[in-house]
Amino acid sequence: MSMKVSTRQVDGITILDLSGRITLGEGSVVLRDAIRDQLAKGNKSILLNLGDVSYIDSSGIGELVSSFTTVKNAGGELKLLNLTKKVHDLLQITKLYTVFDVKDDEASAVASFTK
Amino acid sequence: MADSTTSRVSFTLDSTLDTVNRLESEAEQFAHRAGFSEDDIPNIAMAVREAAVNAVLHGNNYGTDKHVSASFETTSSDLVIKIADQGPGLDPETIPDPLAPENILRGSGRGIFLIRAFMDEVHFRQTHPGTELTLIKHRTPAPAGN
Repeated sequence: MSMKVSTRQVDGITILDLSGRITLGEGSVVLRDAIRDQLAKGNKSILLNLGDVSYIDSSGIGELVSSFTTVKNAGGELKLLNLTKKVHDLLQITKLYTVFDVKDDEASAVASFTK
Repeated sequence: MADSTTSRVSFTLDSTLDTVNRLESEAEQFAHRAGFSEDDIPNIAMAVREAAVNAVLHGNNYGTDKHVSASFETTSSDLVIKIADQGPGLDPETIPDPLAPENILRGSGRGIFLIRAFMDEVHFRQTHPGTELTLIKHRTPAPAGN
């Protein structure tokens, strides 16, 4: 199953609603391209909604990390929203849960970005 | 109690992304048939996926002249999965610890860590050329009726 991305703007924050699998191959590439597109448009406050992401492998985790550092290096912020238990557990065991700013509520997540 | 093989399947596959997806799917089905729990099955499938990625990408480097061999076997006590490539070989001791602070933001290098996290035993064997990974998941508790 491929990954899909749809984009919304809420109060100046770019929300990427992801669905499917972020894995080696298509899923990781789709995420990378989506982040690059937003940065190219000057959108540097990015919230990744992972609520419909069913699966992430080590390549997908690596792509999340790369997205985080790419946005940060561009002077922006990238945060995660709505982790499934599986993704939450993966970030816990890889010690990345404390690296990412993880949110459970969209409105408070949007409000938490530096304006 | 002696370990007797109760079921075994094996594959020889090309070094492609399709092989990664297929072995993940085969592992999921095999672990389900072997009676592993709904909690264990996704973890076993992910470990196999990561081992397959290592074989296809890091071992064989998608080489069209190289194959990936895999076998799934259940015994009375274990699920034993072997995945082998024909690449230049891998020394697991040289893999950086992905949890070390200096590595935590690396974009790669977590596959072997996840395999070890999700399986009970992981063994590496050099096969000249190539690397064979043996992944073992114990049955806990022992299945009823066996």
